[in-house]
Amino acid sequence: MFYREAGDFKTSYRDDSQTFPIRLDRMGYYVLMFVAFLVVPFFINDYWVNAVFAPFLIYAIAALGLNILTGYAGQVSLGTGGFMAVGAYACYKLMTGFPEVSIVIHIILAGGITAIVGVAFGLPSLRIKGFYLAVATLAAQFFLVWLFNKVPWFYNYSASGQINAPERSVFGVIVTGPNTEAWAKYMICLVFVVVLAWVARNLTRGMMGRKWMGIRDMDIAAEIIGVNPLMAKLSAFAVSSFFVGIAGALFFAVYLGAAEAGEAFGINKSFLILFMIIIGGLGSIFGSFAGAAFMVLMPVFLKNVLVGGMGWPTDLAAHFEFMIVGGLIVLFLIVEPHGLAQLWRLTKEKLRLWPFPH
Amino acid sequence: MTTATDMNADSYVTADGRTIGGVVMDLKNITLRFGGVVAIKDISFDIREGEIRAIIGPNGAGKSSMLNVISGFYKPQEGEVWFRGAKRPPMKPYQVARQGLARTFQNIALFDGMTVLDNIMTGRLNHMKANIFQQAIWKGKAEREELENREICEKVIDFLEIQHIRKTPVGRLPYGLKKRVELARALAAQPSLLLLDEPMAGMNVEEKEDMSRFILDMNDEFGTTIALIEHDMGVVMDLSDRVVVMDYGKKIGDGTPDEVRNNQDVIDAYLGVAHD
Repeated sequence: MFYREAGDFKTSYRDDSQTFPIRLDRMGYYVLMFVAFLVVPFFINDYWVNAVFAPFLIYAIAALGLNILTGYAGQVSLGTGGFMAVGAYACYKLMTGFPEVSIVIHIILAGGITAIVGVAFGLPSLRIKGFYLAVATLAAQFFLVWLFNKVPWFYNYSASGQINAPERSVFGVIVTGPNTEAWAKYMICLVFVVVLAWVARNLTRGMMGRKWMGIRDMDIAAEIIGVNPLMAKLSAFAVSSFFVGIAGALFFAVYLGAAEAGEAFGINKSFLILFMIIIGGLGSIFGSFAGAAFMVLMPVFLKNVLVGGMGWPTDLAAHFEFMIVGGLIVLFLIVEPHGLAQLWRLTKEKLRLWPFPH
Repeated sequence: MTTATDMNADSYVTADGRTIGGVVMDLKNITLRFGGVVAIKDISFDIREGEIRAIIGPNGAGKSSMLNVISGFYKPQEGEVWFRGAKRPPMKPYQVARQGLARTFQNIALFDGMTVLDNIMTGRLNHMKANIFQQAIWKGKAEREELENREICEKVIDFLEIQHIRKTPVGRLPYGLKKRVELARALAAQPSLLLLDEPMAGMNVEEKEDMSRFILDMNDEFGTTIALIEHDMGVVMDLSDRVVVMDYGKKIGDGTPDEVRNNQDVIDAYLGVAHD
């Protein structure tokens, strides 16, 4: 069995426009889903879920969100951390305000609230572009974090200024709070990731995605064809913030359990997620996952090698880790500016022709 | 006021057997100024259903500005634009597009990051109605619409003979093909008026012949009304039913290619005349 489409004829437009047109890809996807849902949960433990899986899955959602805004619609945003904070605090207020409602609904509503906030901060995008828009979203980042620290109502007047996720369960399984089991944490993140990745794929392959990409590639031409720039940009902000808000809610409620706006959702988060989509590949669903995996796994991997393998002291290793990750990012941008997704695409194109490249 | 009845009043049949209908677009006394510069000065002309209407003139005559007025990109200071028997209120370019106007650009304005097929599908956007939630779920209305419109786009792709590059990102294509893809995108919208801004600029003879053939076939098979700007006089005289000639923002000639060819003002504008 070879990786190619020769002989794999499509006889309908439906077949032709499917997500994985090549059979081997499709099978790979099914195997991945099988392993993710039916194998990993039985072997996962606290270390793996906290160090690898939960952050990877949650960052993947945030990266998907930012990729829709920056990669597809071409609007640069440095406010991702702030929008994650909106999701987290919205989720917290909903959890404490309406304890009888399911946490899943809270998380989705938190996404919706973030979408509204995102649209409000997206309004300047109609007038300003590029770097200037990035600076405007930077203002959102600082304003939102400041707001959540300043107004005690957001953290229910707790003495520490932190928000703590109360214990909640889905179908009788505890998913938030300190008593959560590793597999439950993993599963709730996984379900959200799979559903949202599917939604992102649907939006980007359809007319919505084309409008976004049209605005990104040539906004004047898009407008003359009939794209309403206002609606296209604001819908990109709304969908993107919805994703980022859900990521923030999960990050706080499921992963951290307790959070403080400035620490958990600072400007570092915004940059981290921006790096993810740049390294992963702008305008690619796969790239969002690849970038999230790279940025989450690289430090874990380096730590294991430096501390575990070479016996370095932890603090020295931590500093080296920064340098190596930073160096890798620079190297990456020089060697493959279109990110991991482009590498993956090139590999696939080569594979299709293998073993006769001409 | 122009009404639907007198719009169809004086339709006629051309020598090659095409029926030219009533007035689709009527431009009345358009004046466009940029600060002190008068780009278009009191110009009136109409475009009739089913015809190929050319706008010609030396460089800087205001042809592209005229096209930009028609497509709603520039707002004229004076004058009225009548479209299908109704005066067009001031509107944004995307609203004009929704009325059934499509255009191509002098400098290709395709979406480089998207495939040829996606570019052409974008042309269908005014015909697709699924909202964002239906699109997010995909199954149902969004998918049905996508497949229906894909079929229309495939017909356009067949028509313009670009099947082989369907899945290629536009950025990788050579110039001539890009021009063709841009035409395909405009055609996919099934416009009631198609504006072409120098469709043959920078092409070699074969490419020009291909493009001329597409323009004629488009007009013949789909009955598309076309207004085009072109510098190649041979092409203009062969293709068009009526020609407007502009010079320094003024209209100096209007009529069939033969009439325009023999118009003294037009000859002066193109060949130059001694000012004494």
